[in-house]
Amino acid sequence: MGMGVVVEAVVKIVIVFGIVLTCLAYLALFERKLLGWIQLRYGPNRVGPWGLLQPLADLLKFLFKEDVRPTTPNPILFSVAPILSLVPALMTYAVIPFGDRIELFGREITLYITSVNVGLLYLFALSGLGIYGIVLAGWASNSKYSLLGGLRSAAQLISYELTLTLSVVGVLIQVGSLDLVEIVRAQSGTYFGLIPKWHLFWYQPLGFLLFFIAAVAETNRVPFDLPEAETELVAGYHTEYSATKFAMFYVAEYANILAVSALATTLFLGGWNGPGVERLPLLGVFYFAAKTAIFLFIYIWLRATLPRFRYDQLMRFGWKILLPLAFANIVFSAAVAATAG
Amino acid sequence: MRVLDVVKAIAQGLATTFRHLPDRVTTQYPDEPVRLERRFRGQHILHVDENGREKCVACFLCAIACPADAIYIEAAEDLRPYPERIGVDIRYARVYDIDYGKCIFCGFCEEACPKDAITMGPNFELAWYTREDMIKHKEDLLITRQRVSPHLEIAP
Repeated sequence: MGMGVVVEAVVKIVIVFGIVLTCLAYLALFERKLLGWIQLRYGPNRVGPWGLLQPLADLLKFLFKEDVRPTTPNPILFSVAPILSLVPALMTYAVIPFGDRIELFGREITLYITSVNVGLLYLFALSGLGIYGIVLAGWASNSKYSLLGGLRSAAQLISYELTLTLSVVGVLIQVGSLDLVEIVRAQSGTYFGLIPKWHLFWYQPLGFLLFFIAAVAETNRVPFDLPEAETELVAGYHTEYSATKFAMFYVAEYANILAVSALATTLFLGGWNGPGVERLPLLGVFYFAAKTAIFLFIYIWLRATLPRFRYDQLMRFGWKILLPLAFANIVFSAAVAATAG
Repeated sequence: MRVLDVVKAIAQGLATTFRHLPDRVTTQYPDEPVRLERRFRGQHILHVDENGREKCVACFLCAIACPADAIYIEAAEDLRPYPERIGVDIRYARVYDIDYGKCIFCGFCEEACPKDAITMGPNFELAWYTREDMIKHKEDLLITRQRVSPHLEIAP
């Protein structure tokens, strides 16, 4: 203990923050590029080679734009709402395990900021907190569109939060721990020496599917992007926001996408596990990044392909299809755990 | 089996978008030239005959045909013999202005012209900073004076 631990923690936080924020900026560029390609366009390619400086240009634009405020009964909440939605989104990265541990300067350094024994609960608590930012933004904006967007968002997030949480219970039953590092450890090795022992293949394919669908809904992405349905609500809860505050919502949305993709990798795709990780732990970080990138690609691919749900379809799908399936998955997982020991 | 139909539809949609990932239809103007059809109606060209005499005889038919009233002509006479004249005929257009703030690029002027003196050219780069600049004079429109943009190519 002592200074060394503190320094190590601070350095890790700074590094993770830097990398995550850079990834978020480039995720926005990647999304625009990919959408462009799918729509037979090039996407941004004017700022720097292949448009690689576009995030920087966007950042500068956001910083120098005028901050327009609506006449709202509560200007403090109006300013706090974007912070409330951004901070929980960024806090999730504290418990996500990017890799195992490495030896550096004679110290053993873990490739995650911290490992808490209630990691998953912590994540779900944060995802619940994120809703406040959106609802408050909708309410404090003093605008019909924002309010409707915020309310829809609250209804949608509460509905799909259930499925999201319940779909993970199967994994919990199998691993017997809420600690994300333990969950990743449990997925090392292979089945019959061929199929990796990831939960996706190891009794939880249904859980994975439910988790992914609920995760897309949780992050307000197409086809579940009702809170910001352009055609009916202008931009939903962030209609009245501009400049830096809008940028915070924007970053929070991408932070949630990245976090949920990382979580899906951790829970179902074996996290950092892959061939050769035992000998070279740093390789695990690349496996983790690659698996997360697959999810990000699917996210954007879905956005480029699918139309939006109607509100009643959204509710019916969430409560009458996904939720019963999530319960069925828990029963199935429990039965498997009971018979297999 | 409605569920299977839905899954099939989503899979088909995803396959379609994935197939189009490497396709591009955007022309990278101005890095790449824009490909125009031969009948494209851009900025007008005032033609001259093989000896460089202006074909326009200032008959005003184009100005009358113009639905936007964008053409302004002042006629004049040049009594010198053909080799020294400005136009093919004694009568010529001393002033020939087209206001691109008004022109709708319908091509009626081209159809009205009995001397094939005015045609619609390929130039589409018609943006200026002032209304005065939008009025182009005879000197700007003559085929001998017009600069061909490097950003376009005409389809064969």
